[in-house]
Amino acid sequence: MSLSPYAPIIGLFALAAAFSLFSVGAARFAGPHRYNKAKLEAYECGIEPSPQPVGGGRFPIKFYLTAMLFIVFDIEIIFLYPWAVSFDALPIFGFVEMVLFIVAVFVAYAYVWRRGGLDWD
Amino acid sequence: MSPSYLAQDPTLADFGRDPWWLVLIKIVFAFAFGLLATLLGVWFERRVVGYMQVRPGPNQVGPFGLLQTLADGLKMAFKEDILPKAADKVVYFFAPTISVICAVTALSVVPFGPMVSIFGHHTPLQVTDVPVAVLVLLACSSMGVYGIVLGGWASGSTYPLLGGLRSSAQMISYEVAMGLSIVAVFMTAGTMSTSGIVAQQGHGTELTIFGNSIPAPGWYAILLLPSFIIFFISTVGETNRAPFDLPEAESELVAGFMTEYSSLKFALFMLSEYVAMVTMSAVTTTLFLGGWRAPWPITIWEGANSGWWPMLWFFGKVIALVFVFVWLRGTLPRLRYDQFMRFGWKVLLPINLVWILVLSGLRSIEDWDSRGKLIAVGIPAGILLVATLFWPNRRPQPKPTTQEQVDNRPYGSFPLPPMDLQVPPSPRITRVVAEREPANIATGSDSREV
Repeated sequence: MSLSPYAPIIGLFALAAAFSLFSVGAARFAGPHRYNKAKLEAYECGIEPSPQPVGGGRFPIKFYLTAMLFIVFDIEIIFLYPWAVSFDALPIFGFVEMVLFIVAVFVAYAYVWRRGGLDWD
Repeated sequence: MSPSYLAQDPTLADFGRDPWWLVLIKIVFAFAFGLLATLLGVWFERRVVGYMQVRPGPNQVGPFGLLQTLADGLKMAFKEDILPKAADKVVYFFAPTISVICAVTALSVVPFGPMVSIFGHHTPLQVTDVPVAVLVLLACSSMGVYGIVLGGWASGSTYPLLGGLRSSAQMISYEVAMGLSIVAVFMTAGTMSTSGIVAQQGHGTELTIFGNSIPAPGWYAILLLPSFIIFFISTVGETNRAPFDLPEAESELVAGFMTEYSSLKFALFMLSEYVAMVTMSAVTTTLFLGGWRAPWPITIWEGANSGWWPMLWFFGKVIALVFVFVWLRGTLPRLRYDQFMRFGWKVLLPINLVWILVLSGLRSIEDWDSRGKLIAVGIPAGILLVATLFWPNRRPQPKPTTQEQVDNRPYGSFPLPPMDLQVPPSPRITRVVAEREPANIATGSDSREV
């Protein structure tokens, strides 16, 4: 009996999951539990923790922008991979097509650069 | 691309033929490799950094301090497991497991060696390989972000939240550079399976540039040097290692996303970090350093690339790369976050894209005549020159004065206090003045006022 080549990936995944779930579960029982109110507060270097807003709070918009840019370039990468793997089988037309595609994304990149989307501050 | 695979090189057809018990052995082996690499890796790092800082490092527990990490791990298991009051209980509980699972699963497609014989079965020394093996690696390394960002968010505290966000932004930024840098590898190897990439590096490719045929060595680290450099820099960013360890910059964020974690949960985050470092070293070895193949002086010996020996070369290369990781940590100071993001987006990304275009262009005009080549090289070079001349730059704008900034504030802004505001003393504060007679130390030439 032989397994699909994808099965061992699931197997390693399951083994790692079992190990890590056992560890986080065992941590509840292995260690001591001595109640202390200050211990359960958020750690802020010893000062009174600043109140957290309901629902997780706000964070700088920069992180959001980075995530959006990531999607643009990740999609570009996804298009590049099959092209790169079958590069030798493609005629020169395949190369020209990819140059056009990369240049198109590059225009967007230059626009983002110009508008300051890549500046962190 | 010559398809002349050597006899001991596994091909994709060799995978998926193992009986279930052999698959189980391989899985347990890969998992044990991950854990052992962590145990030894932490020790190795502390010892090497110790020697770099002219101190011995851990040397008490076991021979050369080898068991130090094991002792630390056991100690950690018996520490109190704290569940912060503000934490999101379920997510806080599961976040470390996500990190570990992703880091370990990536080991499943790393080739450890060639075809060997285990209990009479002729089988490759690799857990598995699929046509999209490198995509599995990339998927695992990017899914690892979830463990960190969820752990930071679920802690319900400011420092972990910032650490988690920084980490996610950093990892996705360097994911782009990393993903682009291996396009060149796929192009040269013509495959995405890890065993196939190792097999392709076995023989030196014939590199033809402008009619001159140069027999190039097979390692992609030499053949595709820019890709290798970019890939290695990105792996340092991707694994949150120094000098890119901003998510856990202890001078700014205490311990970053794991500030609120204790006991074995903290240990799991540490484990995933080190497994990720070792996995990334193994992936770099596979993609760029010829995988399990023996380096040059050893290849003179005929049997260097068959049997169980290649595992030794593989581990040697991985340890060398881990040493480079530690070396970087011992040498370089941490970058500032804006410098770091600028480096990823404004340096690595454009260099990557240009390099891909140059490489694919060179490869597609390989068998043209010289006039065609001249045109093919000249036109893009001209376009590049023009593009550099007209590259958009932000015009420097005059900085508005304070008064202009105040005037241009949108409607509904907070009222501004006047610049010359005299703050009246609070009525609740009573000033206490201690009456004290001046000390009498008027001896010698000391003329300090007391």
